[in-house]
Amino acid sequence: MSELVIRDIFISIEGKEILKGVNLIVKQGEVHALMGPNGTGKSTLAYALMGHPAYTVTHGEVWFKERNILELSADERAQLGLFLAFQYPVAIPGVSVANFLRSALNAKRHYENPNDKGIPIPEFRKLLKEKMDLLKMDHTFGGRYLNDGFSGGEKKKAEVLQMATLMPEIAIMDETDSGLDIDALRIVSEGVNALRGPKFGVLVITHYQRILNYIQPEFVHIMLDGHIVESGGPDLALHLEEQGYDWLREKAEPVGI
Amino acid sequence: MSADATILEGIGDYKYGFSDPDTSVFKSSKGLDRKVVEQISYIKGEPEWMLDFRLKALKHFQQRPMPNWGPDLSNLNLDEIYYYVRPAEKEGRSWDEVPNTIKNTFQKLGIPEAEQKFLSGVGAQYESEMVYHKIHENLEQQGVIFLSIEDGLVKHPDLFREYFSKVIPIEDNKFAALNSAVWSGGSFIYVPKGLKVELPLQAYFRLNVASIGQFERTLIIADEGSQIHYIEGCTAPTYTTDSFHSGVIEIIVKKNARVRYTTIQNWSNNVYNLVTQRALVYEGATMEWVDANLGSKVTMKYPSCYLVGSGAHGEILSMAFAGKGQHQDAGGKMIHVAPHTSSKIVSKSISKSGGRTSYRGLLKVHKGAWDVKSNVVCDALLLDENSRSDTYPYIEIDEEDVTIGHEASVSKVGEEQLFYLMSRGLNKDESTSMVVSGFIEPLVKELPMEYAIEMNRLIQFQMEGSIG
Repeated sequence: MSELVIRDIFISIEGKEILKGVNLIVKQGEVHALMGPNGTGKSTLAYALMGHPAYTVTHGEVWFKERNILELSADERAQLGLFLAFQYPVAIPGVSVANFLRSALNAKRHYENPNDKGIPIPEFRKLLKEKMDLLKMDHTFGGRYLNDGFSGGEKKKAEVLQMATLMPEIAIMDETDSGLDIDALRIVSEGVNALRGPKFGVLVITHYQRILNYIQPEFVHIMLDGHIVESGGPDLALHLEEQGYDWLREKAEPVGI
Repeated sequence: MSADATILEGIGDYKYGFSDPDTSVFKSSKGLDRKVVEQISYIKGEPEWMLDFRLKALKHFQQRPMPNWGPDLSNLNLDEIYYYVRPAEKEGRSWDEVPNTIKNTFQKLGIPEAEQKFLSGVGAQYESEMVYHKIHENLEQQGVIFLSIEDGLVKHPDLFREYFSKVIPIEDNKFAALNSAVWSGGSFIYVPKGLKVELPLQAYFRLNVASIGQFERTLIIADEGSQIHYIEGCTAPTYTTDSFHSGVIEIIVKKNARVRYTTIQNWSNNVYNLVTQRALVYEGATMEWVDANLGSKVTMKYPSCYLVGSGAHGEILSMAFAGKGQHQDAGGKMIHVAPHTSSKIVSKSISKSGGRTSYRGLLKVHKGAWDVKSNVVCDALLLDENSRSDTYPYIEIDEEDVTIGHEASVSKVGEEQLFYLMSRGLNKDESTSMVVSGFIEPLVKELPMEYAIEMNRLIQFQMEGSIG
């Protein structure tokens, strides 16, 4: 059973400290929600965990499968079984969704078995169709250029399609719910739920309770100003929905400072 | 690691080149004078008019100064070049007749398979002369002429003389004059009225002798309402002394005919590749140049369309890739002479490791050419800080009723794109090559499948270890 262990990490962007000592453990089989208002460092955590070069980890460790992944490049982290569903996926004009996904899948297979010859094309097509059906996507989607001219909803679906195809052990979903209408949210959530099981752990990052009605977490964490200030069960999200963040702010910033 | 290691197999030959023992039957002395030209003409058993033509061209070449614009040609020593090499006694008609060393070379290039699958005829140029030439019987019966340029002159003297050098005169430029003086090898093609040749005809070129100049000359005549696609793909072994390739391609696209001419140029990185390509496009006809320049040290190549008939249409899809020490000066020219003519130029260039690409284009609309539409898009992709890309668009409009579009962009492979692809498990090189493949996709998708695959392999190969 693999687990992603985040130990006391501090992260800066261009010299500005954003995360100030975060601890978190996400295990395979678990669904965690990370909530908090805008600008508190949730997305920073997501990017840094995946290895974005602009984010500097100034202190702390992140362990996954007996490796301190902070020493690894983004592709190596992905090959170990980590995945990030982007909030703002970039367009890669001229590269079809299908070709891209097949290359990514083959890179992973090759990592797991250096003698792997790559997934046979008919098998890949079948797999991709299954996953597209899961997300109620038209099959022509595979031929479109990756994120090029996609609507907001299509981009998010494409992220979940990639996740479903690559089958990571631990996924981080960075505000996948933002920009989705209620139908798309339901479809995307069903897609994520279909992946749930003992081999899949996920950290769902969101501002809103809404997505958590569909993807029900076992653990909820609240981030404020670069710290996780509260952790609990699903009730915490509901409590937050009713009370807002102010009670936590008061708790996090004792009077007098 | 590589996502698709098998794809890179067999590409090593492109990198290092391979050269067979020099079995050439005849080689002229280095350098160029009247004697060399006379010798070439004599060996080929040419009629008097052709010798006169060659000598006139030689004179013009000698008088004409080197071009003082564009890439640096100062290291090109024209006195150190062999202007004529003849590899074997006669042209092969069937594969069995082709000498073994030459066959081996072609096998390394994968020609027989290509022929079986895609081609209706093969003219393979080895050094300066056609050694293997075959045409699908079916096409021959329909009246298609697909011969070496030398055989075209012998077997169809009137047709040959009517069109030869009519599209590109001796005086056009210094290197067209040079080619006119020493041309050897190339194809002669005639497609009769109304005939649509569905499968592409193709020729491969390869340089095999150090410092050999290759001066192929191709003449294509597409008669009214006909259609043809001609492909040339070039690879060359690497040598320490500079090599030189200077071809002339002339195409006549008659009323309502359609011609596509595709080049995949992958000369080794010591070759000067200075080529003149031009088409005369008549009423309602369409000419398409698909031009991919991957190799060579310096390339100067601007395929052009003279739109001389009402409703004529020209297209140029140009791709250039410049790595370390390479300068690709490519683009195209559209000359609108008649009304209701339209043209499109799409240029995609990629520079890496200090390589340099230039888009050089001319759009000219003559007086009397009204209702003209033209669109030019040139996109450049830079893979690192040391590389360079320039755009030189020349536009000369002498008529009012014209619609012109021009867009140019320069972009870098973005950190965000790389991070996105790498976060899916592709390494940095694979991610870069994927962005690059996507960038040139609009051109690659116009190629026959086998060439598209080869092009993607070449790009992947070029990307290996390119950054980071």
